[in-house]
Amino acid sequence: MDKRTTEREAVAELRDGMTIGIGGWGSRRKPMSVVREILRSELRDLTLVTYGGPDAGLLCKTGKVSRIIYGFVSLDSIPLEPHFRAVRQAGSVEAVELDEGMLQWGLYAATLRLPFLPTRAGLGSDVLEINERWIKPVTSPYADGEELVAMPAIELDAAFVHLNRADARGNAQYLGPDPYFDDLFCGAAKRRFVSCEQIVETGDLVKGGVPQTLLLNRSQVDGVIEAPHGAHFTECPPDYGRDEAFQREYATTAKDPDHWDRFYAKYIDTVDEAEYQKRVREA
Amino acid sequence: MSDATRAEVCTTAVADAFRGDGERLASAFGAIPALGARLARSTFEPDLLMTDGVAYLRDDVAPLTGDAVQEPIVEGWMPFRRVFDLLWNGRRHVVMTATQIDRYGNHNFACIGPHAKPKAQLLGMRGAPGNTICHPTSYWVPNHSTRVFVEQVDVVSGVGYDRARKLGSAARFHEIRCVVSNLGVFDFDTPDRRMRLASLHPGVSVDEVVEQTGFELAIPDDAPTTRTPDAEELRLIREVLDPGGARDREVPG
Repeated sequence: MDKRTTEREAVAELRDGMTIGIGGWGSRRKPMSVVREILRSELRDLTLVTYGGPDAGLLCKTGKVSRIIYGFVSLDSIPLEPHFRAVRQAGSVEAVELDEGMLQWGLYAATLRLPFLPTRAGLGSDVLEINERWIKPVTSPYADGEELVAMPAIELDAAFVHLNRADARGNAQYLGPDPYFDDLFCGAAKRRFVSCEQIVETGDLVKGGVPQTLLLNRSQVDGVIEAPHGAHFTECPPDYGRDEAFQREYATTAKDPDHWDRFYAKYIDTVDEAEYQKRVREA
Repeated sequence: MSDATRAEVCTTAVADAFRGDGERLASAFGAIPALGARLARSTFEPDLLMTDGVAYLRDDVAPLTGDAVQEPIVEGWMPFRRVFDLLWNGRRHVVMTATQIDRYGNHNFACIGPHAKPKAQLLGMRGAPGNTICHPTSYWVPNHSTRVFVEQVDVVSGVGYDRARKLGSAARFHEIRCVVSNLGVFDFDTPDRRMRLASLHPGVSVDEVVEQTGFELAIPDDAPTTRTPDAEELRLIREVLDPGGARDREVPG
């Protein structure tokens, strides 16, 4: 089955109020071409689940996302995401903050179709107080009788991840050092989209990396988007590193609404992805 | 008399926090913690595991600064999912920075002000809740003041001893080993696990510590002085591990 699609078609499947998951980690291997397409859409009131980077800053700042489930939001080389900070400090987004491992567990529980998975992470901290409406304790039924956190499944309407290579049927490969939790985002989602640097023939996948780099098999993927440089300005090793100069400019725009407006008009509002990439090359 | 700077005294104090850890993953955030972990690994704790900061375990000790080009020796694969497995399993000792910490070691680096609408959004919870309930944790404070050592933290990201006690056996892996600041070393070796002055850095007085701390510390009658680095440690710090002086930018001389 040929699952090739585009950012536009994938985003057209989304509806206001949906819960979406975005893979990667911080400012690393984020499906930014999809994020940009969401920014250009009329979507509102999304819930975003993420190990957050600029995806969180951009989607919260522009009001696409009204609720965010996250362990942190960081640009890595810029530890605090300034746009996300501004949104949080204005109180304009509902922040569902978790321990990083609890977020993994919630996605894994959804992947396994379990209502929850037990963990110690969260016990004694304010994570449980902040989230008391939906995260409950559970007592071990065994002799230990230990009280644990019952981390609820985090089910996603759609997941978007960016990998290095994929074939047209959705077998997808990461060639960098860390898979992050992209397979769990796909596992937790009803609709699963992989953007990739390059679509290759199935037989060519293992020419680029050992079979252990094949993170997703085609049963875990509904749509494949060829998006060269699609993770820009986040890193996507070994294909490219982070565009630090661009990221610095993005971060700087948080200090000045006019600068932000110019940045947004130049890179998001009036252009499609091809034009974005052209403007980045010419910048 | 040692000519060690305050930053170098802090570095060996952090290194000493890793004593006895053996084959644990040493994770250290902040320049001086990162340097202290490297120093421990290079001297008295050669079995510590360390990552390259990305996804590999590195067998060689990477200098924190400097121009030395060193081909990494990779001894293992440690992507984030494996870090989570390992830390829930307990084989890790983390040194985290504290934006706020209270007398029982409750820690905050998530945000300042109410969580629903903070005055300042900081790092978020990150891994602090899971870290503190699963394996030994120490804290690093480069700017000891009443803004950091507070009566009550705004949000509890890392679990302190009073909260851990209420959890009973579920908190049996909880351990806050120490807090290293630019003024001294602090531990929780008191009957009710309140923070105690364990040692004063050379040149720091008890009065200064008391003045800069926003709660009542347990203070022993004769607080010892934090040890100074020996000649070999100073050589490693200055010439090998941090020739670029990142430590001095964190704790100026």
